[in-house]
Amino acid sequence: MRATVLVRPKPGILDPQGEAVGSALGHLGFDVRDARVGKVIDLELHAEDESAAKAEVEQMCERLLANPLIESYEVEIVG
Amino acid sequence: MASPQPRIGVVTYPGSQDDRDALWALAALDAEAVAVWHDERELPDLDAVVVPGGFSYGDYLRCGAIARFSPATAAVREFAEAGGFVLGICNGFQILCEAGLLPGALLRNESLRFVCRDVPLTVERDDLPFTGRCTAGQQLVLPVKHGDGRYLPPPGLDPAQVVLRYADNPNGSVEDIAGVCNEAGNVMGLMPHPEHAVDPLLGSDDGALILASLVDAARDRVLAAI
Repeated sequence: MRATVLVRPKPGILDPQGEAVGSALGHLGFDVRDARVGKVIDLELHAEDESAAKAEVEQMCERLLANPLIESYEVEIVG
Repeated sequence: MASPQPRIGVVTYPGSQDDRDALWALAALDAEAVAVWHDERELPDLDAVVVPGGFSYGDYLRCGAIARFSPATAAVREFAEAGGFVLGICNGFQILCEAGLLPGALLRNESLRFVCRDVPLTVERDDLPFTGRCTAGQQLVLPVKHGDGRYLPPPGLDPAQVVLRYADNPNGSVEDIAGVCNEAGNVMGLMPHPEHAVDPLLGSDDGALILASLVDAARDRVLAAI
C-alpha cells in the first residue's frame, strides 16, 4: 500500500522559507499573496486495508514525521 | 581531602561536531570528561551529561528528530528523569526539545541565513546548576553558529524557565529566548556555544561561567553522595 504524508507549518507559525518563495514568485511577475513551504513524505507499507494503513501512518506522524507544536499533517492513502 | 573530580559525559552522535570541544572544555575546567557513544544503552557512572552541537543524523527531517530515538538519548532521558543534570548545546538543545525533555521547538532562522558570530546575552536565572557562577542581569558574550535557532516556546511557557535572552537577537527567537530549562531546573538547553568560549584567546571566556557552574553542581552531587 502507498501513502502520502503532507506536513505543513501550522497557521500562525512564521515561515521565512515560504516568504522567500512568495517574494521570488512576485519577482517573476506572479501575483502571489502568500506562500507556505512544507514537505511531502511518500511511503510504501504493508497493511491489512486502507483504514489500518491510515491508522499506522497517523502513528508515524505523531511519533516522528511531524512535530505537533509547529506542524500539521495530512495522510492520504493512495492504495 | 582533595575536592573530587566530577564525571561529565558528552554524547557523540553520527554528525556531532562539538563533542571534542565540549570534552576539552570540561577537562580544562577540572571535570573528568567522559565520551559517550550514541549506541550506548546505559550511561557509565556520570554526575552530569552534555549533549553537544553539530548536525546529528544530518539534521534530516527536522533538527534533532532522529537523534531523539538513539539509544544514548533514551539513557539521557532516564538520567534526566532521575534528577541528573543535562545540558544541551545547539543541536543538543534541538535534540532535547524533540525528545520532550525541554519545552518548545527550534525553527529556521528568520533571516534564512546561517549565523556565525559572537552575540551578547543576558542571564535571567542564576540559581540553576548551569548558572551558579553567573549573576542575574549579567551580560555574557558567546558565539552562535546555526541555521535553525529560532526558538518558539509552547503556549503558556512559564517565564521562569527562560535562562538566557539575546541582547541582540540573531535568529528571530520569540521573546529573544536563547536558553531555557525544564520545570525542575535540572535540564537546560541553549543555542550559543559555551564550549567554544572558555579561553580569552578565543575571544571570550564567558562560556566557562556556564560550564564551570555545571562542574560545580556535579561536584556538589558527588560530595553529597559521600
